[in-house]
Amino acid sequence: MNDRRETAAGRIMVCTGTSGISSGAEQVAAGLERELDSRNLRDAWHVVRTGDRGLFQDVLVDVIPPEGERVTYVKVKPKDVGTIVEEHLVGGQPVKRLAAGKRYDDFFATQQRIVLTNCGEIDPEDIDEYLDRGGYDALKQVLAMDPDALIDEVEKAGLRGRGGAGFPTGTKWRFARKAQGVSKYIICNADEGDPGAFMDRSVLEGDPHAVLEGMAIGAYAIGAKQGFIYCRAEYPLALKRLDIAIAQAKERGLLGEGIFGTDFSFDVSVVQGAGAFVCGEETALMSSIEGHRGIPRPRPPFPAQSGLWGNPTNINNVETFANVRHIVLRGADWYAAIGTESSKGTKVFALAGKVKNTGLVEVPMGTTIRQLVEGPGRGMAVKRLKPKAVQIGGPSGGCLPETIWDTPIDYASLSETGAIMGSGGIIFMDEKSCMVDVARYFLEFTVKESCGKCVPCRVGLKRMLEAINEIARGEGTLAHLDFLEDMAHTIQQTALCGLGQTAPNPVLTTLRYFREEYEAHIVDKKCPAHVCTDLIEFVVDEEKCTKCGLCFKACPAGAITWQKGEFAKIDQEKCTKCRSCINVCDFMAIR
Amino acid sequence: MTNATNAMTKTGAGTGQDVDRSEVEPIVAAFQGRQGAIIPLLQEIQRRFGYVPKTAVDVISEKMGVYPVELYGILTFYAQFYLEPRGKHTIKVCQGTACYIMGGKLLLDQLEEDLQVHDGETTEDGQFTLETVACLGCCGMAPVMMVDGDFYGSVKTNILDSILEHYREQDKQ
Ligand SMILES: Cc1cc2nc3c(=O)[nH]c(=O)nc-3n(C[C@H](O)[C@H](O)[C@H](O)COP(=O)(O)O)c2cc1C
Ligand code: FES
Repeated sequence: MNDRRETAAGRIMVCTGTSGISSGAEQVAAGLERELDSRNLRDAWHVVRTGDRGLFQDVLVDVIPPEGERVTYVKVKPKDVGTIVEEHLVGGQPVKRLAAGKRYDDFFATQQRIVLTNCGEIDPEDIDEYLDRGGYDALKQVLAMDPDALIDEVEKAGLRGRGGAGFPTGTKWRFARKAQGVSKYIICNADEGDPGAFMDRSVLEGDPHAVLEGMAIGAYAIGAKQGFIYCRAEYPLALKRLDIAIAQAKERGLLGEGIFGTDFSFDVSVVQGAGAFVCGEETALMSSIEGHRGIPRPRPPFPAQSGLWGNPTNINNVETFANVRHIVLRGADWYAAIGTESSKGTKVFALAGKVKNTGLVEVPMGTTIRQLVEGPGRGMAVKRLKPKAVQIGGPSGGCLPETIWDTPIDYASLSETGAIMGSGGIIFMDEKSCMVDVARYFLEFTVKESCGKCVPCRVGLKRMLEAINEIARGEGTLAHLDFLEDMAHTIQQTALCGLGQTAPNPVLTTLRYFREEYEAHIVDKKCPAHVCTDLIEFVVDEEKCTKCGLCFKACPAGAITWQKGEFAKIDQEKCTKCRSCINVCDFMAIR
Repeated sequence: MTNATNAMTKTGAGTGQDVDRSEVEPIVAAFQGRQGAIIPLLQEIQRRFGYVPKTAVDVISEKMGVYPVELYGILTFYAQFYLEPRGKHTIKVCQGTACYIMGGKLLLDQLEEDLQVHDGETTEDGQFTLETVACLGCCGMAPVMMVDGDFYGSVKTNILDSILEHYREQDKQ
């Protein structure tokens, strides 16, 4: 579609996904184009805006000259553009000072990129770039296959749903294939509600055709003609790129009537979610597509029997669909050889929190938590502070202490710990995070997002939140802990949908692994992490204070006095207890 | 999900004149006869007016044959919909997990204090609407906030004033 793709001798790629753009990638890309224009070099170089490759906080620029090696530049600023063009594109000498080093290499070294293989490598708005890399070959191959044989293949590969619960994808497809119905539907769940996750968005922004192709293959397997992608409205760039991808695929006859000259027809529409976490749950999602409030209903009947408008429907997650073409092209045996006994293939994680490198990583199932933080994460961000916990699985997941970070990440091992695989949000915390507060954070989230249909979730979670709030204020008793455990188990067993059933997990795991921290709040009236405001005195601990003055600079109320070489002092009259000082002090010197 | 409900009771939205029927009718006409059209239609209305005016609800109810109560049910269920006009600038403070861990709550508390509004509300002078979002997708710069289209990363409470001032100045020019 873009002429320069074929005619230009060199290629320059700029990562312009949401993360790249927030760091200024668009200015860099535009700057490059201007610079090339002004030197009459525009036709010699094809400037490609790709999705994000995964390493955050960085604007990545790759130069692939007609001859010579590919060079990756990191942390590129608009002012660096001139230098790159002058020294590298014109002069042929890579700019050493900007070139990626060990940090970049470490981030990718332990990864195995299957789902993300195209992210950050192709222009997602140009279908030819996808086709150049084998795009839609899998669909073509599948259309010559018997749908049952295709489902066998997916089953044999051992692919499990990446939307959270890990249900075997092949089995789900078989149910939908067997179901009787005039019309059948296939849905891609791109609601991505976990508040610390952005895997699905990055895939949609970086490689939208892979998802469309996976859906088309699934549609052929179950016998559907119409697909829907339910994508959150908060993802404008993903929505835009999906629209472009669908239009281009239709133009090329890869979607629509009679695909590849067969009698298989398939069309896809995009539906925008309107901002409700519960709409990620499959029955709520379908209710939302039908135009109602997104309220779940009990299963059975499962979507495969009675889904969208009462028709047999198959629903899978973005990452699940993005895996499919690779299984077709490289075979079930190849896929099943990656990962562990219970969990095959790779998983994409959104790595965040107190680690040096944050971003999107894809590793084989069975990689341990410690390997994640020490490999792509490059260790904890603040060496001085003790690593404390990792949160896996978002509001349905749990907090796991550093002592069990050697747990392999697979469905079976994680559920033994009380956490879940979830969709892939993974957040590292050090001793400055309070586990009572983290449990409260997720409860606040689920209370707000509960749809209110069933009593255990609507009322039970609220009662739990009240109990935790009392503990955080220092008004709790040890009986509160029994109450929390009791209530948590009741809700797990009686709530209507997955939201309520899993919402107690953050509380249960913190109680299991960090009970002494709850007890400190209750018995000693202390918050060891200095997070719960009511239990902080806001005085400087002179044994720990290094007289650095960071707190003085951070205080928005002017309540701290400090001079070089002296301890900081907090004026209790002026202090608003906003915790800005505590936030910047890595010596934990304010208690 | 409660924001819209608050907004309704707070301002008694819908009591005054909002928009003209003739502005709404063509939009509604384009959606008539489509399956599952209600939510996309409401989204389109909001894209046009910045919020969903009462007149629009009335017109949709008539033309699409749904009760207003059902429409308000939808409008108050989804966090995306607003029943009153928004401020000139929208501040989105990220309260995703990573930002929360890195101090995003401090920013929200401080902004609520400075602007004298809660999450989802608009300042008295109509200048700022304060909102929270879950993960803006740049957790590496946590805590993150966004004003209109501009990102601010690694934000500390002591620079909030100067960020807001920038937009106030902009308006004066
Ligand atoms: C409260 C709740 C929220 C959910 N959110 C999502 C989501 O954002 N994305 C997703 O793919 N699945 C989500 N799910 C899981 C879906 O219900 C469904 O199991 C999944 O989309 C099936 O796809 P898979 O088999 O490919 O995993 C959620 C489930 C619950 C209970
Ligand atoms: S949690 Fe704030 S940007 Fe991700």
